[in-house]
Amino acid sequence: MAKRIDVKDLNLFYGKFHAVDGVTLSVPPRNVTAFIGPSGCGKSTVLRSLNRMHEVIPGARAEGEVLLDGEDIYASSVDPVSVRRTIGMVFQRPNPFPTMSIRDNVVAGLKLAGVRDKKKLDEVAERALRGANLWAEVKDRLNKPGGGLSGGQQQRLCIARAIAVQPDVLLMDEPCSALDPISTLAIEDLITELKKDYTIVIVTHNMQQAARVSDQTAFFNLLGVGQPGRLIEIDDTEKIFSNPTEKATEDYISGRFG
Amino acid sequence: MTTTDLQRPATAPAFQHISSGRRAKNMTATVLVSAAFVIAVAPLVWLLWTVLEKGFTHVLTADWWQKSLAGLTGRQEGGGAYHAIYGTLVQGLICAVIAVPIAIMVAIYLVEYGRDSKLAKWITFTVDILSGVPSIVAALFIYALWVTTLGLPRSAFAVSLSLVLLMIPVVVRTTEELLKIVPDELREASYALGIPKWKTIVKIVVPTALSGIITGIMLAVARVMGETAPVLILVGYTQFINYDPFGGNMASLPLFMNSERLTTNEIGEARVWGAAVTLILIITVINLLATVISRLTAVKTK
Amino acid sequence: MESRPHDPRPPSADQPAKVIVRPGDRIFSGLAKSAGILIVVMIAAIGVFLLAQAVPSLIANKANFLFSREWVAGDPTNLSFGVLDLLLVTVFSSIFALIIAMPISLGIALFLTQYAPRRLARPFAYVIDLLAAVPSIIYGLWGAVVLAPTLEPVTGWLNSVFGWLFLFETGNVDRSIGQTIFTAGIVLAVMLLPIITAISREVFERTPTMQIEGALALGATRWEVVRTTVLPFGKAGYISASMLGLGRALGETIAVMIILATTSRTFGWSLFDGGDTIASKIARAAAEFNDPRSAGAYIAAGLVLFLLTFVVNAIARSFIVGKKEYE
Repeated sequence: MAKRIDVKDLNLFYGKFHAVDGVTLSVPPRNVTAFIGPSGCGKSTVLRSLNRMHEVIPGARAEGEVLLDGEDIYASSVDPVSVRRTIGMVFQRPNPFPTMSIRDNVVAGLKLAGVRDKKKLDEVAERALRGANLWAEVKDRLNKPGGGLSGGQQQRLCIARAIAVQPDVLLMDEPCSALDPISTLAIEDLITELKKDYTIVIVTHNMQQAARVSDQTAFFNLLGVGQPGRLIEIDDTEKIFSNPTEKATEDYISGRFG
Repeated sequence: MTTTDLQRPATAPAFQHISSGRRAKNMTATVLVSAAFVIAVAPLVWLLWTVLEKGFTHVLTADWWQKSLAGLTGRQEGGGAYHAIYGTLVQGLICAVIAVPIAIMVAIYLVEYGRDSKLAKWITFTVDILSGVPSIVAALFIYALWVTTLGLPRSAFAVSLSLVLLMIPVVVRTTEELLKIVPDELREASYALGIPKWKTIVKIVVPTALSGIITGIMLAVARVMGETAPVLILVGYTQFINYDPFGGNMASLPLFMNSERLTTNEIGEARVWGAAVTLILIITVINLLATVISRLTAVKTK
Repeated sequence: MESRPHDPRPPSADQPAKVIVRPGDRIFSGLAKSAGILIVVMIAAIGVFLLAQAVPSLIANKANFLFSREWVAGDPTNLSFGVLDLLLVTVFSSIFALIIAMPISLGIALFLTQYAPRRLARPFAYVIDLLAAVPSIIYGLWGAVVLAPTLEPVTGWLNSVFGWLFLFETGNVDRSIGQTIFTAGIVLAVMLLPIITAISREVFERTPTMQIEGALALGATRWEVVRTTVLPFGKAGYISASMLGLGRALGETIAVMIILATTSRTFGWSLFDGGDTIASKIARAAAEFNDPRSAGAYIAAGLVLFLLTFVVNAIARSFIVGKKEYE
């Protein structure tokens, strides 16, 4: 299941604006990689380019290679829809489908892909909800709307929805930024568990969170307003937080800016 | 609270009274705007009262709903408006069947695909024009196309076509507004699950806006059912029931009223106002249904 | 943009290399696009058909179409029709209706957004919207049968006291029956109220709370708040709404047709005149449509009405176009 990602000289644009310049990095399988950096440094943009969600925004485009176990997801023969099926994503704010029940939210990916077998869908729903540590809380109200859950529960529902389609990689875009500390803790525990089966990339504003959950950390920065964001360095989390190579990383980590 | 002179503080009060001029102006404005509301409600109540008073007793008979005016002259009592009720409903229905899919697809194009494209601007412009077209002009449009150019006979179907022109802009506008407020986060969530764009639109975006779209459609249908100009021009009146929308004359409630009002006796008058009550009843029922359906299909959170 | 020699693709390329599109997506977006193209083409085609049918009749016309006041279109071999009288009655009655409806609608919109108690504002607004749900034929019947006789004393008084003014002169039809532009205009005004109110209300509601609270904090009375914040903010929207209402009045058919008495005498700028608007003339003549040449005369009149409403609606839109604060 879990696959590795290799990004080679990735440049990202919004129309004429050059948002991210020449990113090269590798994410090993069954590993959590955290993207940190100040606002506007392009870390979320890079994350979204890893499953071709970047190009959903009108005018946005990507140049360079993103290899999933050696296969370029930007090759012209590759369908972006199937890329997204293989590389799942969880967003900043929980976004369950308002028209669907909790169960239907979880199996939405399969159901819309044409899976009709009710028994199988029920199995998947249970497995995904257990995987997202939500099963115990919702098993008695699977047919209630997902919008009735608390923010933290909704976010775990979205994680369940993402893992229900059994992706190889899970991308998380500041998944805890809209949550209270207790829900955040629940999600962080969940990430540590999910690592056993998935390759995880997480964007976070919270450096303690990066330090707590990730194995390696990538620091992004931009040289000035209007300049493209760049990857400054990527290394083991421990090293980044104790003894970074770059001065800019150290300044950022120690809170001297950003 | 009561304050006697003795209890009043010696210093000037912190809160000065506003000047009487300002108070008078404020008062006048309040009275005027309230009066405006009353002025608007008065004709509504008066009109509804007139219609009910003159027409309500006639619709209480079973014949009214089950019989046409077949074989009856203006001097003979009896008969009903069945033929006209059928015509109104079927013309509205055919119109909706044609207009709704086109309008929804147009709205989907504008919101999901076209956005700022040149074609989208042209379409928006056309919809703007259509929404301002008087119903009599829409009727002439169809007359010029259907009857004169294509050489087809006047029929209920031609009426429906002209109603389509009136209904499309209403439904496009409503649907467009509703699709716009569906959060992009839902679209992204769907794309991220590997769901293609068209399925995202059909299964996620439209269902989220569906409740409002249905309400909009029902209100638009109710509106076009009361249109008189198209039926005057595009179909002939008959006292008989005609089930075929493609051929022959067909009555509808507005047409029935317009024909019977020329029968200047009590019987004709009764029929006119009876039809008015019926039309208002149908419109009311559709409006109520719209409310009920929108409640039932509204996105639930609990 | 800096040059990057290692990049094999030209940096100016707006589109990335070919993107795979699923058949489902291609079909669905194609359908949506076709629906859009369909209505654009439809409007264009219909416009062409209309024009094509009006032209032969206009050529056969013995009178000046724009400036003649007579209308003889029943005999296809002897067409002599001019739209002037119809046009004047159309514009005159609609503007009269607008003059009545504008201040009342303004009052209602202010009442609903600024004055009515919060809890009642919605049901009250619903009541006003009901006015728009009543079919125009019922307005017409009510106007002709109920309102016209009721107005007789009023019109009699206006005629006797202000008869020296052209507006209240004795008109070209019998005023006592009330089938006059006066009655039609009042009914039209009632029909315009919900239209103008609905749009104005929407705009007034968007007055920034900051502005309103700013005025309140300065100790303004409610009227002063309205005058200094709501009205300046909503003015363009209100005018636009009124113009849209005018467009509706110009095209109103059946209510006017039922109320107005026909007459062979020309229009004389009195509210107590009868006659026909373009729309009511066309509707009245629907039976004459069996000959394409006769029909063409009415279609020509319809085109004039179409152009008129088009211009009025375009003006209405020009007031709000590009106003970011209204969106």
